[in-house]
Amino acid sequence: MGAYYVALTAFLVLAAFFYARSRAVSAVAASGGGVSFHSLPAYHGLYAAMCVLIPLLLIFVVGSILTGKLAVDAGLAHFPADVAADALKRGAALREIENVISGHGSAAGNDALQRAADAYTSMRAIGGWTMLVLGIATAIGGIAHATGRIRPDFRARNNFERFTQVVLAASATIAILTTIGIVFSVLYETGRFFFDPALKGKPTITQFLFGLEWNPQAALRADQGDIATAFGFVPLLTGTLLITLIAIAVAGPLGLFSAIYLSEYATPRFRAWAKPILEILAGVPTVVLGFFAALTVAPLIRGWGEALGLNVASESALAAGLVMGMMIIPFVSSLSDDVINAVPQSLRDGAYALGATKSETIKKVVLPAALPGIVSAFMLAISRAIGETMIVVMAAGLAANLTFNPLDAVTTITVQIKTILVGDQEFDSAKTLAAFALGFVLFFVTLMLNYIALRVVQKYREQYD
Amino acid sequence: MQSVEKGLSMDMATQNASLAQPLAPAVAAPSTKVVARDVNVYYGEKHAIKNVSIDIPDNSVTAFIGPSGCGKSTFLRSINRMNDTIPICRVNGRIELEGQDIYDPRLDVVQLHARVGMVFQKPNPFPKSIYENVAYGPRIHGLAASKTELDEIVQTSLIKAGLFNEVKDRLNDTGTGLSGGQQQRLCIARAIAVSPDVILMDEPCSALDPIATAKVEELIDELRQNFCIIIVTHSMQQAARVSQRTAFFHLGVLVEEGETAQIFTNPQDKRTQDYITGRFG
Amino acid sequence: MTDLAAPPATSIATPPRRLSALMDQSRIRARYRSEARFRSYGLIALGLTTLFLVFLLADIFRNGVPAFWQHHVVLEVTVPREAVTVDGKVDAQSIRAADYFPITRDALKAAIPGIESRSGERTLVRLLSTGAADELRARLAADPSLVGKPVKTRLLLSDDADLYFKQPSADISERAARGIATPNGTTGTVTILSSANDFADDIVRLKQVLTARLRAVETEHARLSRAGGSDSVLQRLRELDEERKELAARVSAPKVAEDLNDKLPSLLVAINGGLVKVTKLEDIRIEGEVLLPLASTADAAPGSWKIVTYAVPASNRKVSDQEVAFLERLKADGKVESAFNTRFFTAGDSREPELAGVRGALMGTALTLLVTLALCLPIGVLAAIYLEEFARKNWFTDIIEININNLAAVPSIVFGLLGLAVFLNFFGLPRSAPLVGGLVLALLVLPTIIIAARAALKAVPPSIKEAALGVGASHQQAVFHHVLPLAMPGIMTGTIIGMAHALGETAPLLMIGMIAFIVDVPQSFTQAATVLPVQIYLWSDLPEQAFQAKTAAAIIVLLMFLFLMNGAAIWLRKRFERRW
Repeated sequence: MGAYYVALTAFLVLAAFFYARSRAVSAVAASGGGVSFHSLPAYHGLYAAMCVLIPLLLIFVVGSILTGKLAVDAGLAHFPADVAADALKRGAALREIENVISGHGSAAGNDALQRAADAYTSMRAIGGWTMLVLGIATAIGGIAHATGRIRPDFRARNNFERFTQVVLAASATIAILTTIGIVFSVLYETGRFFFDPALKGKPTITQFLFGLEWNPQAALRADQGDIATAFGFVPLLTGTLLITLIAIAVAGPLGLFSAIYLSEYATPRFRAWAKPILEILAGVPTVVLGFFAALTVAPLIRGWGEALGLNVASESALAAGLVMGMMIIPFVSSLSDDVINAVPQSLRDGAYALGATKSETIKKVVLPAALPGIVSAFMLAISRAIGETMIVVMAAGLAANLTFNPLDAVTTITVQIKTILVGDQEFDSAKTLAAFALGFVLFFVTLMLNYIALRVVQKYREQYD
Repeated sequence: MQSVEKGLSMDMATQNASLAQPLAPAVAAPSTKVVARDVNVYYGEKHAIKNVSIDIPDNSVTAFIGPSGCGKSTFLRSINRMNDTIPICRVNGRIELEGQDIYDPRLDVVQLHARVGMVFQKPNPFPKSIYENVAYGPRIHGLAASKTELDEIVQTSLIKAGLFNEVKDRLNDTGTGLSGGQQQRLCIARAIAVSPDVILMDEPCSALDPIATAKVEELIDELRQNFCIIIVTHSMQQAARVSQRTAFFHLGVLVEEGETAQIFTNPQDKRTQDYITGRFG
Repeated sequence: MTDLAAPPATSIATPPRRLSALMDQSRIRARYRSEARFRSYGLIALGLTTLFLVFLLADIFRNGVPAFWQHHVVLEVTVPREAVTVDGKVDAQSIRAADYFPITRDALKAAIPGIESRSGERTLVRLLSTGAADELRARLAADPSLVGKPVKTRLLLSDDADLYFKQPSADISERAARGIATPNGTTGTVTILSSANDFADDIVRLKQVLTARLRAVETEHARLSRAGGSDSVLQRLRELDEERKELAARVSAPKVAEDLNDKLPSLLVAINGGLVKVTKLEDIRIEGEVLLPLASTADAAPGSWKIVTYAVPASNRKVSDQEVAFLERLKADGKVESAFNTRFFTAGDSREPELAGVRGALMGTALTLLVTLALCLPIGVLAAIYLEEFARKNWFTDIIEININNLAAVPSIVFGLLGLAVFLNFFGLPRSAPLVGGLVLALLVLPTIIIAARAALKAVPPSIKEAALGVGASHQQAVFHHVLPLAMPGIMTGTIIGMAHALGETAPLLMIGMIAFIVDVPQSFTQAATVLPVQIYLWSDLPEQAFQAKTAAAIIVLLMFLFLMNGAAIWLRKRFERRW
């Protein structure tokens, strides 16, 4: 029914546009050019289209919600009273109804279910037809309204542009809605994780923040002993930090020196070759880097480590960190490149005039001047590394070891979120909610890093503008 | 030095006046087109235009002169409410176009723009064909009922702008490919295509070489017959050459306004005299 | 500095100390050396980065390119009429429904005659993929007149057999024998006697292998006993101890006869058109199992029979000696053919590596990206227009601005959480569907597109807009008629880059369940589907070695798409770049 309605809406909107426009064209022709019309015929057409589109969309949204609710009520009326009250039973009953309707399940031998399914379908059909009829009536009304206003002094353009303005503003607001969506969904589940009294095995905030053991699986084995300690966040934090540290240790110097060379030494020809290399690296999907890390880098490191007589885990933090470092090199280098280029030439000239060599100028003048920008570039890179998922999912381990040995396997926040949420989940277990708590931490940390970094860069830009 | 300059300006002004004589209609004084009373413009905190009142006659060229930052462009842009696009800009006072208050909230700015055309400092043709450049205005205002009518409007506008003979074979070439002077005349053609009542010109020759400038000035003088033209210019010589009336602005204040010949030969205000004689500016 | 601090009078009287050119030589040299060093750091950094990229791409291509080819057995197969008859009719439908397993089995048995044992037969049939007859089936269905006639067709080999051909092993070596050999049978267990001590070298080599292995076991034992500790380590130590004793016994025993097993290198004798796997070894005599039947028990002249060694023990290989024997025989008969793996692009996912393809994932990706594009291009452009052209500067637009900048840096997995909590749980949209994937990705790339579109709009000079306003266009007309069209190339470039980003994104899609094993190619926006990056992730996790190559091949496909998209973006930028 939805598809019919959308198609009908599209048709009516187009019809309104063309009808009103042709009416306006003939009105202009009838006036013989003697009276000047405020708006072009096309705008009268657009105004009419708008008069049809807005109410039809409203009808669709309200109608769909209402129909859905009425249909569910009608269906559930054929089940015992307690079904409608209990959320779980309600869900199960609805699934059964849907299965019967879609033909996946059969209602053979269950009259009540068959009747429920019938009631459900017929209510949906009634709702759908009502919407269609209502839609057509409204559309005709809209067209009549719009064509009635085809007069020289009617400002169809201004009216339509006011509507466009609202659409534009609404589009910009979606960005805000996304953030609100993220904050609310994550915050809500996090709140339940810590405070929902019905939740078994939830930790306190202190236990979560300072617990040294992470074992979400334990919570599934229900109420046995002191299982809340299984949600200790510390090993995940250290694991994440360890891998991030390795990544920055790789990407920091490589990215920074690349940026310095590219912006201060390289000839334009060399830049034309080197920049695309960094851009290609930046464009490699992380799942590819993860594959490479797990399949090639990790065994290599293990092999070298064993040749040196070291015990290297097959999913060592080092392998994941190294590859992640490679991932963020282009990031560090392009951001540093920007800030180094933003340092005014006059500062460099001053140093050269004193007889400084190029490297002395860079070390003593350019880098100190660009320092805030470089620091924020590093912060952005760190935030990127903390939030990266696929490389660590594929190359780092699952075991939450509390260690700083880069040759050991560690796990990270993102790995745990992925592990917990992939596959079947119920929304009422502490384990699932724990993933949202981790997501909240991740969101908060990266947002802070990013916000501070952007502010620093902004301040820095203003300084030299 | 001073006298030489003065003499030169006067000479030019008289010459101009004599040139204009046969062209001017037999009717005595042209009617007033634009009336401004106590106009104030603010940019945020800055008081850019202070209590300006002026009457601008039809079928003549009025020049606004004054040193940089004196507010002449700002005032020009408040005559067609171009300042509305600047969020921090506020205008109060009253400006009337043919007796109608242009700051009346019921008035549609867009229609005002159609009645008060504008030519900018730098030639700014659309990066489209020459034809499209001129046809755009008539099209959005629904001035042509058919393609032939539109062709006619484009052609007459280009002819009036003195550009038709130069571009008639390449109306489909892009307007940005013309020379600077041609581009500016194209912009003038574009402005007159919607047959406005008033044409505002904001230093229309400042980006042009002397030859192109001469052509544009010639054009302005011709257009005077059909339009009320207001021109902002940095060059006093240009004001003397093309305008019938001149208004001198200084620090946001309209210092003096009158017949061009009178302003250049016999300024009433000390500041006007100092500016014209090159004491500051 | 002290010079400057000194009172001016004295500094005029006694001129400041001048740098003596001679004195300064060494200092200057040191400074230049430091300059060169600093400069080289930059080059080294760039070099390492480049090296990494080259290594990465080379590794992917080396792994992935072979997966674009597959080995088949080419046989002449006759499909009997009755095998494809259903209800007395032969049509495309009955042909598709028929069971081809017995037909392909018999065809393969005919290709290698003389296999009598049931286990040999089973091994032979297992060489074929479960989808071996797909091509035959398709050809017959397309042209039912071929039924009953001999058809030359390609039968797909199993992944292990395919891999055997793809990784030509340097471990197989053969040499001609010196003596006259006499086999005592043609099938079953046979003994072969040589007139020379042809096998003495093999015994020596075997002893070497045993000695080397003994040493390896001893080192491992020593390492583990140092590490000590847990039960599993102790268990492993006990096992090693056993192995060490056994090996030590065999190494020290006299070199008369040796038994071979799957844990030792394989030794094969090719004689009289057959192949014998050696189980017992003496200087001049072997005992073994017949893998391929011998033509006769006639004496074989020196040089006409060969001794083949396969250094990798059978227990460490995916293909047994018997399978190697069959495969080599088929190859020698010219019946093995390598062909471009079209199936990789036409099939959906499968548990069998040789049957798996990326078509389903490609379709899922296309559907998902379509949703993403349809949402984020209009919304992104409209939002950018609003912010750049119409928004008044106030706290609300400030918040939107900050928000968009920060949203661009939110980890992608968080968007997955949003999708899970809002789209799946709150709105009840279907799991694993391209619709939801597209929604999540649209939110993810929206900031990128808004930022790019704003930059493109900003790059259009305001004089164009003023010109339009000057002739009486409304602000919206000026923007939609003039500014937006001029900004479009920039917006498209930004959009393509955003879509490329979405194409490579994996993590948020895992969250909304686009990770299921889906064989069918998805057809609609609400069907369960997976996308290419997720398919890569799924395959990379599978144990079969052949999937590793498939993963790399899928990565190559993904990289090609990314390459095309970025190329298009660069072309657009170059083609429509406009300097104002």
